[in-house]
Amino acid sequence: MNETALLLARMQFAANITFHILFPTITIALGWILLFFRLRFKATRDAKWEEAYYFWTKVFALTFALGVVSGITMSFQFGTNWPGFMEKVGNIAGPLLGYEVLTAFFLEATFLGVMLFGRGRVSERTHLIATFLVAFGTTMSAFWIIALNSWMQTPVGFEIINGKFHATDWLAIVFNPSFPYRFTHMLIASGLTASFLVAGVSAWQVLKRVDSAATYSALKTGLIAAAILIPIQIFVGDMHGLNTLKHQPAKVAAMEGLWHTEKGAPLVLFGIPDKTTQTNRYAIEVPKLASLILTHELDGELKGLNEFAGKHPPVAPVFWAFRIMVGTGMLMLAVSWLGVLYLRKRTPATMPKPYLILLSLMVFSGWTATVAGWYVTEIGRQPYIVYGEILVAEVVAKHPTGVVGFSFAAYLLLYVGLLIAYIAVVKRLAEKPSRGQALNLPVRADLNRQTRTPLPQAGEGQG
Amino acid sequence: MQFLNTALPLIFMAIMGLAMLAYVILDGYDLGVGMLLPRAANDAEKDLMVASIGPFWDANETWLVLGVGILLIAFPYAHGLILTALYLPVLAMLFGLTLRGVAFDFRMKAGDSKKPFWNQMFVLGSFVAAASQGWMLGSYITSFRTDALTLSFNALIALTVPATYVLLGAGWLIMKTDGDLQTRALGWARLATIPFAVGIAAISVATPLVSEIIFNKWFRLPDFFALLPIPLLSAAAVLALWHVTGRKRIVDAGYGWIVFAATVLVLILATLGLAYSIYPFIVIDRMNVWEAASSTSSLVIIAIGTAITLPAIIGYTIFVYRIFWGKATDLSYGG
Ligand code: HDD
Ligand code: HEM
Ligand code: HEM
Repeated sequence: MNETALLLARMQFAANITFHILFPTITIALGWILLFFRLRFKATRDAKWEEAYYFWTKVFALTFALGVVSGITMSFQFGTNWPGFMEKVGNIAGPLLGYEVLTAFFLEATFLGVMLFGRGRVSERTHLIATFLVAFGTTMSAFWIIALNSWMQTPVGFEIINGKFHATDWLAIVFNPSFPYRFTHMLIASGLTASFLVAGVSAWQVLKRVDSAATYSALKTGLIAAAILIPIQIFVGDMHGLNTLKHQPAKVAAMEGLWHTEKGAPLVLFGIPDKTTQTNRYAIEVPKLASLILTHELDGELKGLNEFAGKHPPVAPVFWAFRIMVGTGMLMLAVSWLGVLYLRKRTPATMPKPYLILLSLMVFSGWTATVAGWYVTEIGRQPYIVYGEILVAEVVAKHPTGVVGFSFAAYLLLYVGLLIAYIAVVKRLAEKPSRGQALNLPVRADLNRQTRTPLPQAGEGQG
Repeated sequence: MQFLNTALPLIFMAIMGLAMLAYVILDGYDLGVGMLLPRAANDAEKDLMVASIGPFWDANETWLVLGVGILLIAFPYAHGLILTALYLPVLAMLFGLTLRGVAFDFRMKAGDSKKPFWNQMFVLGSFVAAASQGWMLGSYITSFRTDALTLSFNALIALTVPATYVLLGAGWLIMKTDGDLQTRALGWARLATIPFAVGIAAISVATPLVSEIIFNKWFRLPDFFALLPIPLLSAAAVLALWHVTGRKRIVDAGYGWIVFAATVLVLILATLGLAYSIYPFIVIDRMNVWEAASSTSSLVIIAIGTAITLPAIIGYTIFVYRIFWGKATDLSYGG
């Protein structure tokens, strides 16, 4: 097997999925936030909720479009990069992906049109239902794809006949041992990413003095949601880690930087894992804490990397990615709770400037934590593609190195360009004065379809 | 069980064909509108053209995901083989679809100074996606051969598919617009009819020549006569296209939809012809549907899901098309 080609194929897959996940992570939760804005408007008839909805719909549509195009790329990646994967586990991965297309993609893609452009053509109720179906659809796609990913981490419910996997128990496959943790963790991750995006952009609008009542409501919504979600996320993350310890101890050893099996293992806060000496250089440790967290006993025994010689993941990336995720989570906790404390005495308009700046700096913190989390998960599964069953090297496509190198470079170029354009446009949308830019049409509960009459324009809206 | 082993792969082959056909028709018209964008008279007309496809393109593209999805799910062995062989055209198509898809939003949101750039990306993306799909169709029919003759055949198809999409796009605009734009769309349709007809004829001639098996299937009696309706009806549809696109008053009388419908009819017939040629192969002369299929128990699981969800998908797709029925208007999130 050509080592470079394998490495390139993996890097290309990683680049593609990393780019893709950025956008679903936002849209899954932003869809629900938009539904919340709509419901608030329905209940209060206060125009600010309409304005908030209108502004965030623009961001949502843009994000969704990027999610769709990168997702379409993903659906070809299995075939172009890992043909052997589908040949071996197609019987299991296939139906999961199939149900995602059938129950989620069509739903969200079809009703997106109604959600974005249907105002004035359908009744308020139909529009609300469409918004709900889009949010529900994105959540369903997370359900199926996470089921597949979790199964790859903790495979159960199958038998192997002639080297091919056959399903024996579909319920066990979908609700595999790591699925509940991973799915919950991912949904909350999405909630946090969207909350910090909403709060961060709103804080920026306050700083730039393009704020309005809608900005304040959005900022509050984002902050409060984040403050509620982050402790739950930390708790779920901890349970997730315990679950991983049970099923993939080598991954946890890499996360903790634990080279040798130990009783009363310390928690390494910081250090530089060194694979030649099998130690962490410059380590700062809290004695016995790792054992306490993971086994709930001060002197509990933790298996070290030495037990998995040749079958454990590369330590440094897993170790670092884990610290970035947890560090970001702690930062989120501090920032969101501080914000909620401010909210008790002040309005968003009178929050201290440094705090608003901090909040705007955190605008994409969700992305950092999410991507870092996925790197822990995925690199931590190495060298397997299906944990304990199939090695990555067994399933890679045999393209010439030059071809893969070329396509990888092309993808990188495209993604960097699109990412810059995306961030620039979100910034541009945010800085346009939104005050009074609510909807031109009075909302009528019994609005009927009026198809041929041209409708008044509400500023810039098409997408 | 024996029955299922035989029938299920065939059923999935049929569903995959249907999904691909739905994709070609649906994304075909919106990619076609994309390629026609440079012909718009002014910026407002561009906006209107994009608005006519705005609510639909995402769902249209999902048929591609379903088509590839079924290839992946139901025929994993063929999936690896086909996508490995088509690595570069797939890459080109994905780039095209990506640029086109993001341009929808960027052209309106990135600011007036960047709008022309994203309009160009919209056009370029639409064309690259269409042309690479044509190339893929060509290589698929010729069983991925790489001799000079085959490659020039692929190149021919790579131009036929964009022409087909332009024809669909023009047919769509005839239905969704009126006035000046509609009149010009009629002219675009007429121009596109010629390469469309030539291309379809070329594919029809080439397919039997690729493989002896296919040749014998078409040119033996009595099958030859049973198959005759396919070319005859296609020819009739092309004549209808030529007739209608030359006469504005037919469109004014409310029969503009004939352009779109006739194109769709040809595509349906072409798909039937292709299906007949290929059967029972999934990769011509190399792998048949049974050799490529997943295990029967997995196919049953997806068949159940498909039987339940596909009617629902078709139902709500119709519902959404009805919401946006009639002539296109400017789109806005506001209503
Ligand atoms: C946890 C979330 C998540 C993860 C890990 C993935 N996806 Fe995804 N995907 C979504 C959540 C999502 C979504 C939120 O549902 C999207 C974003 C925008 C959209 O249309 O749906 C989506 C879009 C999306 C689309 C476009 C659907 C459409 O046309 O509307 C495709 C084809 C895929 N994805 C395929 C994949 C594949 C093959 C993945 C794995 C290897 C994958 N996604 C990982
Ligand atoms: C939930 C759906 C996902 C599935 C089904 C999935 C599946 C895979 C597969 C098949 C590979 C290639 C084999 C390998 O190298 O291990 C892989 C690798 C990888 N994935 Fe994922 N993945 C998912 C989500 C993600 C996300 C969201 C990210 C990042 C944000 C990610 C990051 C990576 C990375 C970095 C690798 C490369 C690991 C390495 O080669 O060392 N994955 N994943
Ligand atoms: C602060 C405490 C946190 C802890 C203790 C924690 C714990 C974990 C652990 C142990 C994993 C690896 C699971 C595996 O074995 O595959 C993981 C993955 C992940 N984390 Fe966290 N996490 C925390 C915060 C966050 C935050 C703030 C986010 C995002 C906003 C996040 C997003 C993710 C994602 C997306 C994954 C990969 C998907 C998955 O496997 O669930 N995490 N987390």
